[in-house]
Amino acid sequence: MSIKLGIPSKGRLMEKTFDWFGGRGITMSRTGSDREYAGDVEGVDGVQLVLLSAGEIPRELAAGRIHLGVTGQDLIREKLANWPARVEELAELGFGQADLVIGVPAAWVDVDTLDDLDAASAAFRSAHGFRLRIATKYHRLIRDYLREHGVADYQLVDSQGATEGTVKNLTAEAIADITSTGETLRANHLKILKEEPVLRSQATLFRSRVTQVDEAEQFALETLKTKLGV
Amino acid sequence: MVRRTETRAEALRLRGVFEAAGAQSVEMDILQPAEVLLDLYGEDIRGRAYVTSDALRGEQMLRPDFTVPVVQMHMDEGAEPARYTYAGEVFRQQEDAPNRANQYLQVGFEVFDRANSAAADAEVFSLIRKALGNLPLRAATGDIGLLMSAVAGLKTTDNRKAALMRHIWRPRRFRWLLDRFSGRLEVPETRAALLSADDPHLSGGPMIGLRSKSEIDARIDALREDAAVSLISDAEIDLIEALLSVRESLPVALERLRDIAVDMPAIEPAVERLALRVDALELRGEGVADLDFEASYGRTSMEYYDGFVFGFYDQNRADLPPVATGGRYDALTKVLGKGDAIPAVGGVIRPELLLGLERGEA
Repeated sequence: MSIKLGIPSKGRLMEKTFDWFGGRGITMSRTGSDREYAGDVEGVDGVQLVLLSAGEIPRELAAGRIHLGVTGQDLIREKLANWPARVEELAELGFGQADLVIGVPAAWVDVDTLDDLDAASAAFRSAHGFRLRIATKYHRLIRDYLREHGVADYQLVDSQGATEGTVKNLTAEAIADITSTGETLRANHLKILKEEPVLRSQATLFRSRVTQVDEAEQFALETLKTKLGV
Repeated sequence: MVRRTETRAEALRLRGVFEAAGAQSVEMDILQPAEVLLDLYGEDIRGRAYVTSDALRGEQMLRPDFTVPVVQMHMDEGAEPARYTYAGEVFRQQEDAPNRANQYLQVGFEVFDRANSAAADAEVFSLIRKALGNLPLRAATGDIGLLMSAVAGLKTTDNRKAALMRHIWRPRRFRWLLDRFSGRLEVPETRAALLSADDPHLSGGPMIGLRSKSEIDARIDALREDAAVSLISDAEIDLIEALLSVRESLPVALERLRDIAVDMPAIEPAVERLALRVDALELRGEGVADLDFEASYGRTSMEYYDGFVFGFYDQNRADLPPVATGGRYDALTKVLGKGDAIPAVGGVIRPELLLGLERGEA
């Protein structure tokens, strides 16, 4: 058998990943038609490419169905409870940088810190009869973060896309999302809290801690790691 | 390894002990409406409980504890005074402690009694202690009511007291607020800029979302008022620190607290309640000199407790959760009682842990 390496199957993340490995003497390419998710690896033996959605790579690593995978740190931390026990970070790849931040309407001139958000949430709950809604898809990360910082009287509402539009659409009062430049937030009349981001994330090469490897696979893995310098 | 049939038999035996002490045995639904628990605990409960849903009833939670449904049942239909016992599974996510059980049996005893709170506290504690048998467990006790009365007695505004009271169970934000109100933390730059601006809305954007301009203005007014209020004095903060650091055997702790109450008369009634509890415990034959008292005990994990709190631990097994815990939750009955309230105190035992420790197999 061979080492399975999970790579994002689309777009810039895939291209940048190919570039990163290419720069270390390992050439990757898509094979077959444009629509077929198959790929090739040259420059190292015993490594098989598995093209996957970046969002599925955490789950596949945790299940041990792939040995290595490239995905965002945000997705690993959100999707895998107790992640350090399940995957190992081998290398940050230096692209796909994004911060997980909390955004509130720019009109909220009284809210810039978590303390402000907490106080505004308390007042909002007593004025409106329900807890202040924060739209996000990063439920675990945001909940853990707000608990850690002692923020109360909020609720998370699920938003899998167009999260920045939820405030204007009255389905949330605030948002928590990934951003690299903050441009989408600003365009939607939102501002980022003046706190450290919830998380600074970038594309990262992970190793599954649960896969069993035989001798040949171990050799392939070590060869690959040496070549990558990780 | 304790077999499940043995755990269940032990649970029923313990429930029998509580029944023999006059408790009525009750059953509670495993599926609980999520809304009540979310309103009480906020979003945090989602990280601790299992949530499921259907299209008709909406979100349901696998019961994370019995106290809330028992209180609801009592407030809806219970006669007074009442003593209840139950035995059944509770369900808790354990993301941070994968070795801990995510479903386990709990046997509980709850007392709803207006007559004598100190006696009821002692009754619950003593009964649970006896039910635990001869295991050499460490008993820790505390009293959230002390800190609450200390906050209520601070020489500061009602808004500040309310903010502190709201975070009694979140020590980190409580500390942060206390530091801000006493000037130990500087005013954040953003707030200073806001308060000095002629037109604070100038830096904002278009009004979007449900939170209105008048709500924003109300908070700015509140912040302005707050900025004009004098700081909480160092002397008062030192007293709170002194209170929170009390950690002694119960009789020594009581003396310490009486000393603190000389300078902080607001806690006197709470200290006297503690004194009555000590008497009531002695009356039940509890060796109070061997009981630990920690003023900050129970502030992080027991959100609805607002008075007496206690837990029983195996001292050599810090890795294990407490074998039994409990406390007073008068305020919870008010929240769930739709205008009604009754003093209430109770506790739970984990039979599987108890059996495991007895056999040295936990």
